[in-house]
Amino acid sequence: MALNLEEILAQAINAIAEAQDHNELDSVRVNYLGKKGLFTLQMKELGALDPEQRRAVGQVINQAKDRFQDELQAKKEALDKSELERRLAGERIDVTLPGRGQSAGGLHPVTTTLRRIAKIFSSVGFDVVEGPEIEDDYHNFGALNIPEYHPARAMHDTFYFDAHTVLRTHTSPVQIRVMESEKPPLKVIAPGRVYRCDSDITHTPMFHQVEGFLVETDVSFADLKGVVYQFLQAFFEKDIQVRFRPSYFPFTEPSAEVDIECVMCNGEGCRVCSQTGWLEVMGCGMIHPEVFKSVNIDSEEYSGFAFGMGVERLAMLRYGINDLRLFFENDLKFLQQFK
Amino acid sequence: MQISEAWLREYVNPPISTTELVSQLTMAGLEIDAVEPAGAVFSGVVVGEVLTTEQHPDADRLKVCAVNVGANEPLQIVCGATNVRPGLKIPAALVGAVLPGDFKIKQSKLRGVESSGMLCSENELGLAAEANGLMELRPDAPVGTDIRDYLTLNDSLIEIDLTPNRADCLSVEGIAREVALLNRMDWKPIEVKQSETGHQNILPISIDASASCPRYLGRLIKGIDPKAETPLWIQERLRRSGIRSLGPVVDVTNYVLIELGQPLHAFDADKLNGGINVRSANEGESLVLLNGQTISLDSKALVIADERQALALAGVMGGSESAVSDVTQNIFLECAFFTPRSIAGEARRFGLHTDSSHRFERGVDFTLQRRAIERASQLIIEIAGGSVGPVSEVKEESHLPKRPSVYLRRQRVEKMLGIALPDSEIEDIFQRLGMEIDKSGEGWAITPPGFRFDIAIEADLIEELARIHGYNQIPNHSLLMRAALSNATETMLDIDRIKDVLVDRGYQEAITYSFVDEQIQLAIAPQDNQIKITNPISSDLSVMRSTLWCGLIKAALHNLNRQQKRIRFFETGLRFLNINGETRQQAMLSGLILGNLHPEQWAEKNRKVDFFDLKADVQALFSLSGASIRYVPGEHSALHPGQTAEILSVTGEKIGVIGMLHPTLEKQLGFETQVFLFELDQNLLLGKAVSKFKPLSKYPSVTRDLALIVKESVSADDIIASIKSNGEETIQEIVLFDLYRGKGIEDNSKSIAVSITLQNFSQTLTDSEIDATFSRILQTLTNTIGAKLRD
Repeated sequence: MALNLEEILAQAINAIAEAQDHNELDSVRVNYLGKKGLFTLQMKELGALDPEQRRAVGQVINQAKDRFQDELQAKKEALDKSELERRLAGERIDVTLPGRGQSAGGLHPVTTTLRRIAKIFSSVGFDVVEGPEIEDDYHNFGALNIPEYHPARAMHDTFYFDAHTVLRTHTSPVQIRVMESEKPPLKVIAPGRVYRCDSDITHTPMFHQVEGFLVETDVSFADLKGVVYQFLQAFFEKDIQVRFRPSYFPFTEPSAEVDIECVMCNGEGCRVCSQTGWLEVMGCGMIHPEVFKSVNIDSEEYSGFAFGMGVERLAMLRYGINDLRLFFENDLKFLQQFK
Repeated sequence: MQISEAWLREYVNPPISTTELVSQLTMAGLEIDAVEPAGAVFSGVVVGEVLTTEQHPDADRLKVCAVNVGANEPLQIVCGATNVRPGLKIPAALVGAVLPGDFKIKQSKLRGVESSGMLCSENELGLAAEANGLMELRPDAPVGTDIRDYLTLNDSLIEIDLTPNRADCLSVEGIAREVALLNRMDWKPIEVKQSETGHQNILPISIDASASCPRYLGRLIKGIDPKAETPLWIQERLRRSGIRSLGPVVDVTNYVLIELGQPLHAFDADKLNGGINVRSANEGESLVLLNGQTISLDSKALVIADERQALALAGVMGGSESAVSDVTQNIFLECAFFTPRSIAGEARRFGLHTDSSHRFERGVDFTLQRRAIERASQLIIEIAGGSVGPVSEVKEESHLPKRPSVYLRRQRVEKMLGIALPDSEIEDIFQRLGMEIDKSGEGWAITPPGFRFDIAIEADLIEELARIHGYNQIPNHSLLMRAALSNATETMLDIDRIKDVLVDRGYQEAITYSFVDEQIQLAIAPQDNQIKITNPISSDLSVMRSTLWCGLIKAALHNLNRQQKRIRFFETGLRFLNINGETRQQAMLSGLILGNLHPEQWAEKNRKVDFFDLKADVQALFSLSGASIRYVPGEHSALHPGQTAEILSVTGEKIGVIGMLHPTLEKQLGFETQVFLFELDQNLLLGKAVSKFKPLSKYPSVTRDLALIVKESVSADDIIASIKSNGEETIQEIVLFDLYRGKGIEDNSKSIAVSITLQNFSQTLTDSEIDATFSRILQTLTNTIGAKLRD
């Protein structure tokens, strides 16, 4: 009897070991524990024994059943595990294959540069204002203290539509338009397209400028210097040498050109800076009393400064672009470089 | 303007290097464009004198010369130049000399004859691009002197880019004045003696246009030697100022122009008829200028005329008929002051720009004329002899520029510059600038000199203070400003947000020219009036764009020609419309796509973009504002008639258009693939309402699908409108999710599947309510658009 049970158990454990999957394992379970299973039959036979024996034999059978069930469980887990392993192995992919779907495009480097400039000035409360590109000569020249006979007009290489209508040669007319319609204090930057009748390696007939100006009751040239200096540090994200050189613009006085230490050679002298170590990046100055007069702002009460910068120039220095004309060819191989 | 540093240093010679001098001028507002050495690099060349020349025994073209180079013995040098002759002074390169191009001179034999050096031409010394024989030095050239010293070749040419306000620096003396004041040094103008008159003849001078020409000086110089030659030192100085030598009289007027900044002109006196008159030109009067150009004058032009005709365009250029030639013996020398207003623009009007007009239109010192005419007379007589007559001067004092004093307030200096300067420094600066200072009250009355045309108001004085004090000596203040907080508006989208969506959806931003090819624009938008530029840079950039598509199409073609196969571009900017003669400048957003929808990829089959791909992008833009818009079949000259939609706002405003490029244009423009385009009015796109909360329903929603069969002519919008028209309050969402044509559907019909979601705010919908709602919807669909349920 006892031997028989041992034999059954040995068979059962063998059967478990031989089971290849959950189906086979389940048949093994049914064979031994099902209604007609071998352990079940053993238990049924207990009824024929006297109570003393019944307890002892029943205990032995239960032990064998427990053992069987432990083995069964262990096998089940082993099968689960190997099945998972098989699945995982089968589902292995080449994660280096590229992803699918749309790829991101990009902004034009001029836009990226304009956004950075706007962000820097917005942080101290400058508003961004835009103006028309087809301008009348009064806003482009006259109101900016550039009368018709002035030599500065010749320097502007203006595109004309008729004697009094031009493509704006700078963003400065926005300064006039804002001062005509709003009262000081004013803090404005005016980005946009400007046009000059000039086209060669270093000139395109269209380019971008940002004009900025501030009108307040007590603004000085030292304030202008501070703003320009801080802007250049912020734009180039480094402690950069800046110098102010006397210059001339009809609409500011005093006027200055702003040079920065050459970012290509760190001021050592190179081809980009014509060996001078300096690069001209901006023009600026205190708003001329004649300009205030033309917009009916009292220059005794208010003073102000204005500055202007070429956006392509700044982008070229920032990103190391060596050919201005690339900006407007819109070659994807160029545009896609700027993220 | 270009000047010689050595010439400048004759006036004022500060103990600083060329580099420091250049930097000093730059920082004083006289921007230096370039500094070039005056001569090429060479050494070992001295002034030599040819003593004797003998024919070379074995070479017809060579001569054997004895040349005195200041050594004990003359050198024997073989020379092939035709102008070599005894007595001639020439540059002699000694053995060991190195000529430009690292050409070393060695002891050598030429056809068997010893030669100890080389006699040089201007070309061989790098002084001229070509030369005809040896360089002939002046007879008084000191033998043995290093030629570099003799010709002052250790000199730099300084090119100064002067701003239009600094006419006072358009001369060597002007720059010298500036350098002296910057270095706190003295300088002296060149001393000019009155020439003794040798005859008393004068040419009568009258000025009709005295407002334009308030001062005119003239004198006759008779009997000059037409064979005279300009001395080398003047030729050299002119060369170093970028001016070619053209004979003694012209050279002298040019020399004085560079030296003093005063333009002068000499007429051939024998070609003049009667007296000189400065007058307005007669309408239609013509004048042949020195450069051969014939100009037709009008009454705005100012001329110098004799009794018969116009001789010169005043202040700009002389005429060729009365010009000095190589046989001229008698000249009439003029020296005038023309007001800047009268000359400004005159040169440009006739397509000219001369050294003279450049100076007059910026302002020539109106006190300079007598000194200049005497200086020129003196030099002409020195070079070409002749006898001078008395100077005739006609002037109209009332029209000469005034130099009223300008008052400078002490407190204004600090207010404008942000620093207070001590009185002593302020006074010192104006003194050095040659201004008269009169301290009075809380400031100074300051009178500028005649050569400064840019000092008229207080700000001009403050600028001079800042300039001389040094811009970089003024501190950088950190600006503390009164600032009001600004709005963070929600009623207008930022165009940057729109751009970001497009970038995220695979678009690359383009920036194209605002002026485009008229032919391309006419093909794309023939209905628009072209706004033409009068002076375009080229014919393909001659009209203002009336649609941004012109530029995007050009950019797309540029890339297709460079092996790009998939293009997604957008651009923002103004378009320019001419509506009934009024120019309208409208901010637009445009896009163009072509090629595959996705970049090349390994997993899924790619396909070409179509209308609905582009529409999804446009819809994504409008989803930012949540604006309800409609796409209505439309027409556009550039687009496929069956694939064009106008985009309308709820109120019917036209926001833009979207569609496929017309196949005819596609072919005409050179595309080999379909192109899809959109263009939107930025203002209408960016408008937005502030979001408003609606309560959420606590009760479950239910969604049912309807498969409908409708006629082809029924649009998706018709179906949705029909469903909505019932006014069912429980409808939350209508989604169109399938479109089918073909088997099982009769011709000219289509099957459209719609899913409708219902929800009630006060209770859970019951089956019978839902059934009733759907049956009402279906009834409406049948009644309004003839829809049937698909079996």
